[in-house]
Amino acid sequence: MAEALKVGIADYKVGKAPDKIISYGLGSCVGITLYDPVIKIGGLVHIMLPDSTQARANENPAKFADTGIPLLLDKVISMGAVKTRLIAKLAGGSQMFQFAGTSDIMAIGKRNAELARKTLQNCAIKIAGEDLGGTYGRTVEIDLETGLYKIRTINKGEKTI
Amino acid sequence: MSDSMLNLSAMQLDAIKEIGNVGAGNSATALSQLINKKIDMDVPSVSVVPLADVPNLVGGPDTMVAGIFLRVYGKAPGSVLFLMPKESAFYLVEHLLGEQKSTEGELTEMDQSALMEIGNILAGSYLNALSYYTKLTLLPSIPAMAVDMAGAILNVVIVQLGQMGDHALVIETQFLSEDDGINGHFFLIPDSGSLQIILNAVGVK
Repeated sequence: MAEALKVGIADYKVGKAPDKIISYGLGSCVGITLYDPVIKIGGLVHIMLPDSTQARANENPAKFADTGIPLLLDKVISMGAVKTRLIAKLAGGSQMFQFAGTSDIMAIGKRNAELARKTLQNCAIKIAGEDLGGTYGRTVEIDLETGLYKIRTINKGEKTI
Repeated sequence: MSDSMLNLSAMQLDAIKEIGNVGAGNSATALSQLINKKIDMDVPSVSVVPLADVPNLVGGPDTMVAGIFLRVYGKAPGSVLFLMPKESAFYLVEHLLGEQKSTEGELTEMDQSALMEIGNILAGSYLNALSYYTKLTLLPSIPAMAVDMAGAILNVVIVQLGQMGDHALVIETQFLSEDDGINGHFFLIPDSGSLQIILNAVGVK
């Protein structure tokens, strides 16, 4: 079995069955997958910020929810996926540290998750599952054979959506 | 703008190393007094790394670590992180609270609170030295702590920098206690813009 394709922060990968795509150690970041179950093609983007229009350094579209999802959409479609068949899954968006006065930057996970959802809705893509929020890190892996999205944590066990 | 960090001169790098040395030296002393053990400290390493590579500095994004995080407010804002393997966290708790811990277990609220206090003392002594050396007012936030994947913990810092650039300037110092019980990494990560303020303050162009 080939090793899984690795996705870094502000990065994406696309592939087809029997590939797996994995991304390690998501905190406030969100890992969004798009998957076409008929031809078993999909991709994973690991975004770290919600909104590209509010950042000064916005050259890399994979860094943001609002640009990373359309980017991934283009890539899977160019591999032959059909947009109306695509299903999306999301995981991450936690808040690792709790501070008394919660500043904007601390609530970034929540904002990442919200804008990721909204961007998917704007693209008219169905969200089939999510595992968002909390105060813990996640490692995520999509199996392009089945479309199952596996979420590993240190203290909260493992789950598949 | 933060990518102007990519062109630091040798003189600037030396100045930054010295800053790390002064700060970490002071924290190592504080830690040594806390646990009554000799603490060795490496020469700080200064590196400008792509944000995505920051988790690799502590063994990869999947590595389980205990992290104590503080924001720095004042004239040169930034983040301070003290990261150590879970075993080191247990070791520290044992020496501070005098209780025997099994590393299989979890850190209790009391343990976490003790570790946060250590973070507070270490960061406070680091910032004190840095303030003294640069004549800049630097204030630590209250500490927060998490035991989790290094990548997830470092997200907090990366996100802060990600708005402005794609690189982080990391001033890293490794601590090692005489009996190898503690092996920690101390990180000072200035926000974009802060580095220039610090360099100006020490008179390096």
